Amino acid sequence: MSDALPIEVTSPTPLFELRGISKEFPGVKALDDVSFAVYPGEVHMLLGENGAGKSSLMKVLCGAYRADAGEFYYNGERVAISSTADAQKLGIAVIFQEFSLVPYLDIAQNIFLGREPKGRIPGTIDRRRILADARRVLDTIGFDIDPSTTVDKLGVAQQQMVEIAKAISQNARILVMDEPTAALSDRETELLFALIARLKADGVSIVYISHRMAEVFALGDRITVLRDGRRIDGVRPADVTPDQLVRMMVGRNVDMTYPRHFADKPGDVLLEVKGLAAPTGISDINIEVRRGEIVGLCGLVGSGRSEVARAIFGADPVTSGEIIFDGKSISGEPDLAARRGIALIPESRKSEGLALLRSVSDNLVVSALRKLFPSGLFDQRSAQRTSDALIRQLRIATPSARQTVGLLSGGNQQKVVIGKWLAAGSKLFIFDEPTRGIDIGAKSEIFALIDRLVAEGAAALMISSEQVEICHVCDRAYVMREGRIAGHLTHNELTEENIVRLGMHHA
Amino acid sequence: MTDISKEIIAPPRSFLSQDAIQLFYRLLAALLICAVLAVLSDSFLSLGNILNVLRQASLTFFIASGLTLVVLTAGLDLSVGANVALSACIAGTVIHKTGSPALGILTGLACGGIVGLLNGIMVTALRIPSFIATYGMLWVLNGLTYWYMAGETLHGFPAGFRQIGSGYLFGLPIPVYLLLVFLGIGTFFAQRTIWGQEIYAIGANPVAARLSGIPVARRLLLVYAVSGTMAGLASIIFLSRLNSAEADIGESLTLPAIAAVLIGGTSLFGGVGTVFGTFIGALILTLVLNGMNLLSVSANWQPLVTGIIVILAVWLDMKTRRRAQ
Repeated sequence: MSDALPIEVTSPTPLFELRGISKEFPGVKALDDVSFAVYPGEVHMLLGENGAGKSSLMKVLCGAYRADAGEFYYNGERVAISSTADAQKLGIAVIFQEFSLVPYLDIAQNIFLGREPKGRIPGTIDRRRILADARRVLDTIGFDIDPSTTVDKLGVAQQQMVEIAKAISQNARILVMDEPTAALSDRETELLFALIARLKADGVSIVYISHRMAEVFALGDRITVLRDGRRIDGVRPADVTPDQLVRMMVGRNVDMTYPRHFADKPGDVLLEVKGLAAPTGISDINIEVRRGEIVGLCGLVGSGRSEVARAIFGADPVTSGEIIFDGKSISGEPDLAARRGIALIPESRKSEGLALLRSVSDNLVVSALRKLFPSGLFDQRSAQRTSDALIRQLRIATPSARQTVGLLSGGNQQKVVIGKWLAAGSKLFIFDEPTRGIDIGAKSEIFALIDRLVAEGAAALMISSEQVEICHVCDRAYVMREGRIAGHLTHNELTEENIVRLGMHHA
Repeated sequence: MTDISKEIIAPPRSFLSQDAIQLFYRLLAALLICAVLAVLSDSFLSLGNILNVLRQASLTFFIASGLTLVVLTAGLDLSVGANVALSACIAGTVIHKTGSPALGILTGLACGGIVGLLNGIMVTALRIPSFIATYGMLWVLNGLTYWYMAGETLHGFPAGFRQIGSGYLFGLPIPVYLLLVFLGIGTFFAQRTIWGQEIYAIGANPVAARLSGIPVARRLLLVYAVSGTMAGLASIIFLSRLNSAEADIGESLTLPAIAAVLIGGTSLFGGVGTVFGTFIGALILTLVLNGMNLLSVSANWQPLVTGIIVILAVWLDMKTRRRAQ
């Protein structure tokens, strides 16, 4: 926490350095005397739980926030960053998780947005040059695509490449990436890592924010850990173990093994899916989930996992097949599935799981209105009592049930989404990436909660890209590939290798 | 085990809910306007004038109350005025043909409700954005009404029927009683029934509402049908008060109703607002117009002032809400 660098470095001066940065918001100190240095051509991992100050630090770096106190040095010289333009001039570019691309413009237009080469006639754009320039930038990062393709036709990984190309075209020397692999498949992640190696070789420094331990060790040259807005330590990957890093991040010991109480003998069949097919690209899906089980649904991103979940819940139409829940066949809209006892905890909490501007209480009771108020008459106080009980039971960190849910941290928002189905008394919980964007402490709490649910006779179907989690938590798992079930793994067969093997495309 | 202190990003909400604060400001604004008008004009505080203001406000409120529910779901119903005209003309014809006001009233309400239901079907089953669906409906209804009336005016209704719009009970105009009744029903429906809660949830995030098990399409159908039925009710009161019906009586009704909803603090983005707010919105709108009349300001200025009030009210709302978050 001192200004001195904790580890000796090979390169003489840092490319960029922050000293004693503080930033305060009403009610919270987002950054407290944080110092941080980036050396040329290094990958600097930035670690911390949600709310540790990573985003604030990133925003200070790119000029979106003005620091209350602290100094910036570029190549050893003191500089000021008070706007995004200042940061851009210094060659700092940020790739946020939400891309800032214009969907209906093409790649070239996006790369040079606001800096288009002028044509001969005033007010026009030199179309030929913009395409040629874009082509050259795309070549330098090894992205082989026609620059006149519109961005809305690109996948997430490709859009990310366009963002990187845009940064490179602005002569970025420091690239800040916020969880760049969060939405990428394994293969796309490999491509990104190759690109990062290439950029490094060109002397570009990368500040890399990640929640994935494997990445931290695979990519990082140095690691800075933040907690509660303070810099906890700076280390080299070779000098620490994952467990040590986790302890630094959370400030306490966290069990990373997610203990499960595996049932000796699973209960009755709760969900049976027979030959399900849907226009969303899934077909011939056969799944069985019994009471007391946590069943994994894995496969690559885009293999149809979410589509299966949505089809079972009635969120997407189905073309053929049968869904039998609790002995009865169901088909229809989500309200029917919910009434019968199926819960969907969707992948995108903010856009599909919560009404962000409404209160914690409003969100907690929304699926249970009919159950809590059978007469149809709503009572705010009774709703609040139910919510208070859930807040205690799930240990949701909120000042009160009346707090706007959008102001809670990711982990607590996820608990609210789960809580609304607890209130509804659901029997089958379908989790779609339940731990995405959630810090490690909240993760183990959520797994403990799922374990308790199934121990009490419910069942869970869990989609996750984190194979470690699937292996630790699930009784067994189905692996999907290209819209079909590629295989089933029993508890004994459930290993990361087997999941990857079944999920891989056989090219 | 979790360190709660670090997870709290903002201070807790104050004791009063955001809605209550917004309503309080609005009541204050209405009282302020009253105070100013009482000072500027001798006749403002006369009983006759106050009753007149309440009656005027009630007419706007009937249309605006149903509209409030639509706006709460992040929709809009532009056909309410045209719906009033068609319903009034059909109800008027029925009364003339059968001599039964009761039958006429039922036909008017039914006509309004069916139009609303059609709007709802366009929005849910056909997935046409409500703004466009009801805008198209506006033209269709106007066309039907003009064709049906063919330039004629219906005039002269039974004295009993005319009491609804122009009669008094214990010194108060009957529409004011109706206003209180529907203000109560609307507030109860929105705040104290699970349907009302579901409507707020749909407006706040329709995708999350559907994935939370709310039958979104059915609730939207209900909301548009209610909006249409309230237009039907307004048509009866207009018919009774004017003692006549023409094809063009709805043309100046839709925009003031939307103004009342917006001045009342209901967000066009859905999920935020109250029926009571719309009542105060209608009151503020009527008070300002009434005051301008009393002060002999040309009627030509009225639209301009209405526009400024709407913009001001929405701007202040956005400002206070932003600060609250």
